[in-house]
Amino acid sequence: MDKIIKNLAIGLVALMILAPLGLLAVGETFGEWSNEEIEEKLGFVPSGLEELSSLWSAPMPDYALPGAGDSMTSASIAYILSAIIGVIICGGLLYFVGKKVARN
Amino acid sequence: MHIPDGYLGPYTYIAMWIIMVPIWYYAGRKLSLELKSRQVPLLALAAAFSFVIMMFNVPIPGGSTGHAVGGAIIGIVLGPWAGVIVISVALVLQALMFGDGGITAIAANCFNMAVVMPFVAYYVYKLISSGTEISSSRRIIASAIAGYVSLTVAAAFTGFEFGIQPLLHHTAEGVPLYMPYSLSVTVPAMVLEHALGFSILEALVTALIFAYIQKTDTSLLYGEADSKKKKRMKNVSTA
Repeated sequence: MDKIIKNLAIGLVALMILAPLGLLAVGETFGEWSNEEIEEKLGFVPSGLEELSSLWSAPMPDYALPGAGDSMTSASIAYILSAIIGVIICGGLLYFVGKKVARN
Repeated sequence: MHIPDGYLGPYTYIAMWIIMVPIWYYAGRKLSLELKSRQVPLLALAAAFSFVIMMFNVPIPGGSTGHAVGGAIIGIVLGPWAGVIVISVALVLQALMFGDGGITAIAANCFNMAVVMPFVAYYVYKLISSGTEISSSRRIIASAIAGYVSLTVAAAFTGFEFGIQPLLHHTAEGVPLYMPYSLSVTVPAMVLEHALGFSILEALVTALIFAYIQKTDTSLLYGEADSKKKKRMKNVSTA
């Protein structure tokens, strides 16, 4: 059991290091367009969409550090940093809450 | 598949919150009643894995990009109800911290990826692998099909939620207020790009991890440790 968890964790760390490969895929995602992209497609931005789209400003939008420039190197560092934050918060939260509620 | 803020109107996103709150409540209660201490590291690992695998954007022909979710293998290994909690945690963090998926759409995104996926995957896997030995290679194929089908079905749900927006919300002149494309566009678009691309990746990821766990310790699989215990107890009581 412990060895398997360890091996799976090693696999996870490898994925985190390789995560910037995910930056290589350029292109749009259906239903996740920016307001500019919608404007280009339709000639206008639906008013409800425009209003709601600015509801929340995430601290690291699109897994990037705001103001860090958009070179591939800084994007990669921000991406790996995002993966680390994600792993620590998701894994940590479930680990501690899990340990608290788990029986024996 | 992360629906941003602004694509779903209030009828849909509020309805999804109303659907999701009891699901989260029940899943959380069930998990806290059944969780054993030795499963906790795997649970934590699954949430972290789901978060990271969704960062692996891959391109498909046609210029679109997307990713696997990891929801299928999590549903099969930890069981669908634990999957709800694990994947929801990853999705909420993605929305709050990284703006990946909207705040208003958290419930909708959790429904599609943290409920539909692990449940569809778990039952497809169960159906195809029923009657086989735990070590059977048919189970690896079952897990791959479960990965493929579950992500494609989740994409269809997402496409449906997108496509009903022009019907639900438009101005008196018929101008859409939220997602502008109708069902005839959104469902085929979502289903096709997943069926021809991202679901194949989900199938591979699912089969790979399943094969590893099957080879090393099948007692980690949801239901398997218990069924062994039950069998043992049955043997004791008949002896």
